[in-house]
Amino acid sequence: MFRYILKRLLQGIPLLFIISLVLFLLMMNVGDPIATMGGRTITRPEDRERLKRQLGLDKPIAVQYLYWLVGNDWTKVDVDGDGIADKPGTRKGILRGDFGKSLVTKKPVTELVGERIPNTLLLMVAAEVVTIFFALLLGIYSALRQYSTMDNIMTALLFIAYSMPIFFVSLASMYVFAILFKRWGLPYLPTVGMFDPEVGKTPAQVLSHMVLPVFTLSVPYFAAYSRYIRGTMLEVMSQDYVRTARAKGLPRRQVVYIHALKNAAMPIVTVIGLDLPFLLGGAVVTERIFAWPGMGRLFFDHVSRSDLPVVMGILMLVAAAVVIFQIITDIVYAWLDPRIRYN
Amino acid sequence: MTTHTPSIPQLAEDLATPPLTLSQLGWLRFRRHKMALVGVVIIIFLFLFAFGGALIYSEQYANYTDTSLRLLPPSAEHPFGTDTIGRDILARTIYGGQISLFIGIVAVIIETLLGILVGALAGYYGGWVDSLLMRITEALLNIPTIFLLLVMAKFFGGQVPEIDIGGRVFSGSVIVIVVIIGATSWMYLARIVRAEFLSLKENEFVLAARATGTSNAQIIFLHILPNTFAPIIVSSTLSVANAILSEAYISFLGLGVQAPTATWGNMLDSSANYLDSAPWLWFFPGMLILLTVLSINFLGDGLRDALDPRSRTV
Repeated sequence: MFRYILKRLLQGIPLLFIISLVLFLLMMNVGDPIATMGGRTITRPEDRERLKRQLGLDKPIAVQYLYWLVGNDWTKVDVDGDGIADKPGTRKGILRGDFGKSLVTKKPVTELVGERIPNTLLLMVAAEVVTIFFALLLGIYSALRQYSTMDNIMTALLFIAYSMPIFFVSLASMYVFAILFKRWGLPYLPTVGMFDPEVGKTPAQVLSHMVLPVFTLSVPYFAAYSRYIRGTMLEVMSQDYVRTARAKGLPRRQVVYIHALKNAAMPIVTVIGLDLPFLLGGAVVTERIFAWPGMGRLFFDHVSRSDLPVVMGILMLVAAAVVIFQIITDIVYAWLDPRIRYN
Repeated sequence: MTTHTPSIPQLAEDLATPPLTLSQLGWLRFRRHKMALVGVVIIIFLFLFAFGGALIYSEQYANYTDTSLRLLPPSAEHPFGTDTIGRDILARTIYGGQISLFIGIVAVIIETLLGILVGALAGYYGGWVDSLLMRITEALLNIPTIFLLLVMAKFFGGQVPEIDIGGRVFSGSVIVIVVIIGATSWMYLARIVRAEFLSLKENEFVLAARATGTSNAQIIFLHILPNTFAPIIVSSTLSVANAILSEAYISFLGLGVQAPTATWGNMLDSSANYLDSAPWLWFFPGMLILLTVLSINFLGDGLRDALDPRSRTV
């Protein structure tokens, strides 16, 4: 098992390296960070030249990538932009945890992203827990009552939910639970922000502000997962060992939850593990609509201002999350199914 | 001799139905899928709405602003209400629908071409070509598409001038959006095509083609590719829904298609600010997007059952 984990971890490193290379090339070719730097427009050509030299953008792309990856404190760089590399560099490179500084706020990227990550994780973890819990409930329920009226109705509803764009879910849920409920005199939910500034950041406040974004993030995944769980449960329920367990006269609960669910869990774990980091994509839209101060909104705000270091940092983080979750999924899978470890 | 009474083999031949072609078989299976048929009907209605509606309302009317008419609720004169600067929402959903459907289809054509090219080259040649192309594919698959879309939409936005086709002026951002959606979504298809090529290239007919001196390009595109059409059609159909959604997402976030050209996505932009006072701003374009995506998903599902019965996912 240890060897297997080590092998998977080592395989992840070249993949991340390639991702960083592809992203870096993409970034360097799609935008001119100087053109819109910090919202100012630099018009004089000699200023542009100087700034380019100061930021190291005059160097060949391979050198820029090297500096970004391992830093430039081992060589001399052109700090004052006069064309002569005379001062030692200060960047440490992402391998040593230095993602550079934001072009807009001049703060280190790690600090900017670091203060947003907990907020995004809060949403994601809550959404995932809600999704899995209800998807399991509904998936198992409809698998046990295949083609019943309830199952057919749920199939149709889930297909609709699955096709719903996140912004539509959020606008509709905001309209119903915040505006209509308020109009009808019912207790209603807040729509924007993380807490009411007049009350302060209390757990109760954050919790009530979380409800709608979490609901929005969960709906499409809930629909997909409950269908998937229904499918795998149906497959497992028709296996010989389930029939044997039934024939032995085991209680139905035990057959369903021990014999069937445990075996159905494997494909479910895979799908969930591989999908999890992609929730971050949904977070961009959700956080923007609900004004939630998370990483997705940070990304959006800084893309709008062409802040390459921040954008690049977040993209690398997301990619790393995807790769790490792939590895975790593989490990969990190997742990659940010993057959995999031996090849 | 056999003219008086038909012989047994003759009789059997008369009774047997002629063998069905693949497309006939596919159609038979597709017809059984009721939801897919509903999907097709809805799609036809949506096209009639977007392109037929243009006969009733002119584009000038769709872009006509009158601030004295702003935020009017749905009425007989404006069945879907008016937007923040007094434009008729029904007329805008008609012209927006044309652009949204256009973007969905053209982006998928680009996506399909790229996916086939990458997948076919990787699967057919193998070796370092395969390694290189698949590593790039994996790298791009590892980043949620919306991030890539936003980055590219931001950097390429506003670089294409307005275009004039037959007297109608379109924002150049339509082209930008089509290209970036196509360029960021080909990866799944490339993997499907590659997998098909890997197994198909081992067949005897490929060996025979090689033996007769057929060029690689001909083997790839004339001999192997036609055998992979079923999964490609299924995947591309479902991709149209994704492309329409992608456009809606980036336009909703304000980085997509720019005014005055309407799309269902950019009509939703800023509608969140009028959630309380003007729910019709988001309801109608939102419903149209939902309906389109839903019916394309139904259609794709039916096509999968009909053309590609082995693969069943989710």
